[in-house]
Amino acid sequence: MSTISHVIGTGISSAVQVAVVAVGGPVLVGVMRKVRCRLEGRVGPPVLQPLVDIRKLFRKQRFRPDQATWIFTLAPVMLVATVVVAAAITPLVTTHPALRASSDLFVLVYLLLVGSTLLALAGLDAGTAFGGMGSSRAVTIGALAEPALLVTILALSTTAHSSNLPAIVSAILAHPESVATPQRLFALGALLIVIVAESGRLPVDNPATHLELTMVHEAMILEYAGPDLALVTVGEAMRLTLLLGIFVNLVAPWGVATSTSVSGVVVGLASVVAKVAVVGVFLAVFEVFIAKVRLFRVPELLAGAFVLALLGVVSGLVAK
Amino acid sequence: MTESFALPRVLERTGSFHQSLDVPADGLLTAAEVLLQRGFRLALVAAVDHPGPLRVVYLFTSGLPDRRIELVLTVDRRRPEIPSLAALSFPASRFEREIHDLFGIVPVGHPALRRLVLHQHWPEGWHPMRSDAGPPPAMVDDAGSYPFVEVQGAGVYEIPVGPVHAGLIEPGHFRFSVVGETILKMKARLWFVHKGIERLFEGQDIHSGVELGEKISGDTAVGHGLAYCLAIEEACGIEVPPRASVLRNLLLELERIYNHVADVGAMCNDVGFGLVHAKALTLRERLLRLNASVTGHRLLRGGVRVGGTRLASIPRPAELAEIGAQFHELVNLALDQSIVMDRFTGTAVLNPGDIAELGVLGVVARASGSVFDARVAHPVGEPWANFLAAGATTGDVLARFQVRVQEVDASLALLDDFCTRPGPPHAFGPDHLVAGVGSGSGIVEGWRGAIVHRIEVDGSGRLSRVKVVDPSFFNWPALSVALADTIVPDFPLANKSFNLSYAGNDL
Repeated sequence: MSTISHVIGTGISSAVQVAVVAVGGPVLVGVMRKVRCRLEGRVGPPVLQPLVDIRKLFRKQRFRPDQATWIFTLAPVMLVATVVVAAAITPLVTTHPALRASSDLFVLVYLLLVGSTLLALAGLDAGTAFGGMGSSRAVTIGALAEPALLVTILALSTTAHSSNLPAIVSAILAHPESVATPQRLFALGALLIVIVAESGRLPVDNPATHLELTMVHEAMILEYAGPDLALVTVGEAMRLTLLLGIFVNLVAPWGVATSTSVSGVVVGLASVVAKVAVVGVFLAVFEVFIAKVRLFRVPELLAGAFVLALLGVVSGLVAK
Repeated sequence: MTESFALPRVLERTGSFHQSLDVPADGLLTAAEVLLQRGFRLALVAAVDHPGPLRVVYLFTSGLPDRRIELVLTVDRRRPEIPSLAALSFPASRFEREIHDLFGIVPVGHPALRRLVLHQHWPEGWHPMRSDAGPPPAMVDDAGSYPFVEVQGAGVYEIPVGPVHAGLIEPGHFRFSVVGETILKMKARLWFVHKGIERLFEGQDIHSGVELGEKISGDTAVGHGLAYCLAIEEACGIEVPPRASVLRNLLLELERIYNHVADVGAMCNDVGFGLVHAKALTLRERLLRLNASVTGHRLLRGGVRVGGTRLASIPRPAELAEIGAQFHELVNLALDQSIVMDRFTGTAVLNPGDIAELGVLGVVARASGSVFDARVAHPVGEPWANFLAAGATTGDVLARFQVRVQEVDASLALLDDFCTRPGPPHAFGPDHLVAGVGSGSGIVEGWRGAIVHRIEVDGSGRLSRVKVVDPSFFNWPALSVALADTIVPDFPLANKSFNLSYAGNDL
């Protein structure tokens, strides 16, 4: 294979990944809302409503608080930018995305953290009580989720002796018998809890509430409007989709293209969309039957994720 | 002078009675103290400017038997002062602040005579309820005139919320002083929707006044409408047939049910359990349609009228049973969810001791061990046999949830009784157009708690003074007390579990 065609192939694959996350993200949010509404006996908004809302927000006037500085302007752009980079380099559709060598779990985690941190700073930057309150809560939850996440990465990297994500996915594809080892199951359980906490969903945060004082994520972005809010909304939806995409390809990587051939990419695309949709619907159903835990119980939940991850590491060592 | 000596004689009487006594300024404190010690509750304080001398009326009530004693204190117009009862009763101190704002009568000895009803943008010395008040003056600058109550200490910060909120909520401004997430102090500023309702009543015909009464607080059309009619009927000596009272109680329970059902759902929604909320809204819609078939109005307006009650139809017991089954389905859904239980249990506790101290009423009081229920203490029509008010003692959000559930059950049982009694769907007294001169009071256990109206009628059958007290007036201060040591993200839940009226409070 010539180097040039390989570069073009990975470039196109990554572009496909970014496109599917960008468009699929808001659609996934729409699907999850629809499922939830239907289960509650309501009609619910159309599945494509989030896309329509985003288009509407992009057409609105730019409007920012008087006291806000460049951080407030930068945060939504950086949020989307970091998610786009992360979506380009993770093995969602193919195990040969661009910059494969950089597609490391540590890199991805901290890349996404750049966006979250800037958003928390932007919450403070706006100078309102709600923004600061939301940022304080979001950072607290983030800080508690981080140890669990790091130990989870450690547990997952033992399979491939690497924290490189395409390598981990390839290793499972090459050794299907290792898909359900105890350390992986524990670690994936922990990962799911961390994803739910990080993306501000029930039982940690309620994305549907209008009650300012209970908000975590929504309080942080309360001052955003118009195109800025559109960027934040897109970024959040993309991040949720990306995290779920990584999750499903770690749980069951089958269907992911091991090359950048057209047929492989098409199959990989279809499989990742189907898998993320299944997990998204599952999460939406779960959310119908669960309530939001008291804020002071969130540490217990994340401590549980940490223990799960630790069990993963320990059982990996014991198995050897 | 002789009137103050009359109080001991009045208190010796047995059975129900309504008595009005003139009291001199130096006898007021003693008389109030005696009444409060005898288990009377200060239900209402009203200043009356016109006609006759400027005076302040203190309505003390006790039940069962239904006993009401009015102490009437005449005030000198040139030097409008009254002795403050603040040391005896916390609710009295708030009534006095209200009267000070609206009438310019100074309660001498009041420990904290801050403004209550009138916000700081109204100029000093303008008292809108005085007969010589004139048109509203120009507003003055309000900026900085309502400072935060300073709570000092390391890490204390302040969160102002409202008066405009994100949801469809009435306006109220809340100021939290917080350490971390724990609330040290919450101060509520209300009266953003003060509409001058009491003034709007003045000069109205006694029959048309009921329509305004039904609109005092939209979700309490029957409660306020009925309290108004009871007061008018006492003032004018209008006889009401027993059948009309049965129909009135029927409407009162219908109102209680649809509001409690909505509250049960809304409390679950505030902990992110939208499933129960969606089901509760469906059930509420069913109840509203039932209401429309009963009175022709979804919020039950138009049923209670001066002198009687007029309904379009009586609900079928079978439908009520279906509603009861549907309600229990959604309640069980909430009670079986452990996170919901965890969020409700031990949150925003209101201690039983605070109930008597603050004069708390209704659902909130009964969740903290109170047994007061105006349906028992001041029955509409015949006294009720074997009626047990709902109750809990823990005073937390869960207790307020459970009291609502119990009350829906009790109301459904009562409705089953009322709906199966034989009789037409409307009943009026023989001569309900009688108009006299006088005053009367009406007490009704609305779905939030005891509503009290006191009305004076002039010789031409028109209203000269209507004083309205919604239970929310008593209960708002209790919310701040219950919030001590509650965390900020639990405030909306605590607030919803009280579910107090802004419109009824602000008037």
